[in-house]
Amino acid sequence: MSEIVLDKVWKEYGDQIVLEKISLTIASRAFVALVGPSGCGKTTFLKMLLGEEAPSQGVITLDGVPLIAEPGPDRGVVFQRYSVFPHLTVLGNVLLGKVFKRSPMAARLFGAERRAAIDEAMMLIAEVGLNGSETKYPAQLSGGMQQRLALAQALIMKPKVLLLDEPFGALDPGIRAEIHVLMKRLWHETELTVVMVTHDMREAFTLGTRVIAFERPRDRPEERERYGAVLSRDIDIWPPRIAGEPSIFAPDRDDPVIALGLGQDDLAPQGDIVP
Amino acid sequence: MALKIFTTKRHKPMRWINTKPTRATQIALMLAPFVLLIVAYGFTSAARLADNPADKLLPALQTLTDAVNRMAFQPDPRTGEYLLWSDTGASLVRLFSALGISTLIALFFGMVIGMLPYVRALLAPFVATISMVPPLALLPILFIVLGLGETSKITLIVIGVAPAMIRDLALKVLELPREQTIKAETLGGSSWQIALRVVLPQVLPRLITCLRLQLGPAWLFLIAAEAISSDSGLGYRIFLVRRYLSMDIIFPYVLWITLLAAITNFALDRLRIAVFPWSNLEAR
Ligand SMILES: Nc1ncnc2c1ncn2[C@@H]1O[C@H](COP(=O)(O)OP(=O)(O)OP(=O)(O)O)[C@@H](O)[C@H]1O
Ligand SMILES: [Mg+2]
Repeated sequence: MSEIVLDKVWKEYGDQIVLEKISLTIASRAFVALVGPSGCGKTTFLKMLLGEEAPSQGVITLDGVPLIAEPGPDRGVVFQRYSVFPHLTVLGNVLLGKVFKRSPMAARLFGAERRAAIDEAMMLIAEVGLNGSETKYPAQLSGGMQQRLALAQALIMKPKVLLLDEPFGALDPGIRAEIHVLMKRLWHETELTVVMVTHDMREAFTLGTRVIAFERPRDRPEERERYGAVLSRDIDIWPPRIAGEPSIFAPDRDDPVIALGLGQDDLAPQGDIVP
Repeated sequence: MALKIFTTKRHKPMRWINTKPTRATQIALMLAPFVLLIVAYGFTSAARLADNPADKLLPALQTLTDAVNRMAFQPDPRTGEYLLWSDTGASLVRLFSALGISTLIALFFGMVIGMLPYVRALLAPFVATISMVPPLALLPILFIVLGLGETSKITLIVIGVAPAMIRDLALKVLELPREQTIKAETLGGSSWQIALRVVLPQVLPRLITCLRLQLGPAWLFLIAAEAISSDSGLGYRIFLVRRYLSMDIIFPYVLWITLLAAITNFALDRLRIAVFPWSNLEAR
């Protein structure tokens, strides 16, 4: 279970109000896609969920417990850039979470413990399709591979919540479609609640169970400081997508396979369902 | 009509910034200034000696090699030591112990200043101020307080290079993308674990580069200290024989110091690439 509740949350930077009175309940295992114009506070919102920033007013709770203003292992994150460590190999990057957990002082694992951790990491690396690249450094990977690596690295912690800030924004459409398939599978297979910021409406409606939009109701230059963005749209995708359950309406290769549903040759809409 | 663009008659020469030498030209160009310098020296020296055979300012190449032979391969009649090597040993021990100490100090303080806001508030302005003190002005004080032995010379070099290294490393730590620290925190890392596995490995390559850049100042302070008070060392020898206008010894010593510094510089860079291969991937 990992229900996130925001109660009348405000965020201000100095005199500038960024977010106004955001009240929101994100159900456990939801996949929330967050959209909105540039500068409206999407990253700020994510930072508050992450604990990097504290709300100026209001409280955020995860499973009823108020969030402390510090990132922790229950909330994983993938940024658009700089999500992986350039000085560690693919394997080293994925192992790091395990190492931190098991070895508080030396921050290194040895012997059987190390082998067990490596086995687990290798499974995740294979899961995200990076097998064969274990010994490469991030600078030797493509952008898409780096983001897959970032996903694997976050998922080894088995976080309750996964926060994504335009994670696939810099990828070309082909690679992005591929990573969408992966993302959907991971969401179905793991106990994750996902909040993803994106600029891509198509991505929002392809992946999300719910699409939320932030917008500034007053956006004249002289008003920009005094009025923040509010939650302007909240759309539940219909027909509903449920984590771990195949959708009978728009089965596509991303969802778990079921017997009924359209045949392979039918022109199934790829998840672009009008609410 | 549009094709005309591609058939313009005027051949436009390539921009200078895009013309590159071939490998052979590159080597030739690299050697040229050195050869030129030696040739120029040879001619000037020959001209001066033709004027006045007793001239000591620019000794003939033969005189220089004789001096090298005397200093490096024949024992000194008074002490029985091979002077070039005993001087080199004495100087390098001082230089490397000072650089070692500076490196450790810089690593520790650079990391805590870069990582911990409280320590940064406490020490960053202090270190910035200290780094403005001209170290040579402190030399008399060091000699009085620490005596004329090795301690004062090593301390001078440390005071001369450590503050700059601390500031550089602290900056490097602060330059690490914020995302990386956040990411490490979401992986459950404590401050200590993040220092050990995320920050330290990423500042070590920079530490080596920083050390290379400080080689010049370190040699400067070493020779200054040796010139003033010492009984061995490369700087000591140069300033000793200066009294007799022994250019035949000074020139080879200067060359030798330059060579030592250049080799250290090169070796440190190789070391960085060998130990931190990823640090060269980034630079492309
Ligand atoms: N640390 C900060 N200090 C002051 N103002 C900030 C800070 N971080 C963000 N802001 C302001 O908050 C507003 C929202 O920024 P935010 O980064 O959340 O936007 P965003 O919705 O993520 O935009 P984009 O889509 O371009 O990434 C911006 O007007 C920005 O200037
Ligand atoms: Mg943003």
